[in-house]
Amino acid sequence: MQLKEKVQLMDADKIRRTLTRIAHEIIEKNKGVENLALIGIRRRGVPLAQRIAAKIAEIEGKSVDIGILDITLYRDDLSTLAQQPVVHKTEIPFSVKGKKLVLVDDVLFTGRTVRAALDAIIDLGRPACIQLAVLVDRGHRELPIRADFVGKNVPTSRKEIISVKLAEIDGEDRVIIEEFTD
Amino acid sequence: MNWWRKDLLGLEQLSREEINLILDTAIPMKDIVQRDIKKVPTLRGRTVVNLFYEPSTRTRTSFELAGKYMGANTVNISTGSSSVVKGESLKDTAKILEVMGADVVVIRHSMAGAAQILAETVSASVINAGDGIHEHPTQALLDMFTIREEKGNISGLTVTIVGDILHSRVVRSNIWGLTKLGARVRVVGPPTLIPCGIENLGVEVYYSLEEALVGSDVVMALRIQKERQKKGLFPSLREYARLYGITRERLALAKPDCLLLHPGPVNRGVELSSEVADGAQSMINRQVTNGVAVRMALLFLLTGGAKGEAIDTGR
Repeated sequence: MQLKEKVQLMDADKIRRTLTRIAHEIIEKNKGVENLALIGIRRRGVPLAQRIAAKIAEIEGKSVDIGILDITLYRDDLSTLAQQPVVHKTEIPFSVKGKKLVLVDDVLFTGRTVRAALDAIIDLGRPACIQLAVLVDRGHRELPIRADFVGKNVPTSRKEIISVKLAEIDGEDRVIIEEFTD
Repeated sequence: MNWWRKDLLGLEQLSREEINLILDTAIPMKDIVQRDIKKVPTLRGRTVVNLFYEPSTRTRTSFELAGKYMGANTVNISTGSSSVVKGESLKDTAKILEVMGADVVVIRHSMAGAAQILAETVSASVINAGDGIHEHPTQALLDMFTIREEKGNISGLTVTIVGDILHSRVVRSNIWGLTKLGARVRVVGPPTLIPCGIENLGVEVYYSLEEALVGSDVVMALRIQKERQKKGLFPSLREYARLYGITRERLALAKPDCLLLHPGPVNRGVELSSEVADGAQSMINRQVTNGVAVRMALLFLLTGGAKGEAIDTGR
């Protein structure tokens, strides 16, 4: 079985404009950046959170805190995996207590990653609220979870794979749909 | 690099990559130990049994806390108050624990090879917490974690281990581990406490502490195990302290940023003077914290689910 690219959903410009819009929406919804912090979910949520934070700083002239969340220890599928995934550090260099947090991830699919992220954050303290920003929402939720800020809604079939490529990790900026071919 | 072993019996069998995977996994675990809510749900519903045939406070507590911080149920069995005094064999005891649902059995025993026998008997994962004078892998892993944390890298360092090399399982595990990670290991102690042929493990043997200390990046003092010292292998504790005790003056012979490790419990005034035990170069308390993190990492790696199933890449 091989992965074949089916269609390109976003190019670098589209990703850039989408993140600019999300940054504006975050500021609008929270009426500024007071007490706001962004938390990127490893791996690709991290560069996305950094980019959104840079846009927010550009727009508002104020910087926001950024944290990195590793959700491995909170996954609900550990007992079904053949081998344990590699655990990385959670790096949240500020107290989440009383903060307005925006979780950032690349793709929202079943919602299980977000569920794990919510549990992981609550174990660090009690934030004022938690919002969710994703670059792509592809549907097929298995939990009652929705995003507050969505870059692009993409109806997909379960067999398809949404692949978000970011310059910081993959050397290029694009979002594509891939499919397995026999 | 993936983990595929059922048990952790010693460092002799492990590859350098496996050791590094354990040490890398312990880094995020240490953050959990240091935060307000010291609990993750990762091992929820799993059971860890500590089966200790020898007295222990820190290792047993460390494993118990590691299990609890990871969300597992932990049970402690010390042989003084168990069926062992009624004559139950190790294999029988282990089998009972297994059918009660233990996922991991941590064993300490005075016989070398006890953990291996257990691992062959039960399908639960077995962690060796010290078997006779054979190995004590988690102690060596926490020592290496501490050295790596402080020095950044183990390769190229000179590590000098001082004391009762003959009876020490900590030494054997450390020699296997440290040499695999590229350290130069020296051992030093009274000739009666250095086993013949130890240099075949790739270490340099010294009998003079002063000579051994020169150029050392790490000094690891071993506990004089009074319970294993009834054969009169050295004249007196006082003489041992005079010749092999680490003092401020002697520590000054090593490199200025030399780390001082001790597996504990410390016999103050014998292996270490109080001054160096509580000094700036002492890693003794840090080792204890790191021990919990390393054991959490091991529990996590060993309880990796249903072997052989495909990995779900779904988000």
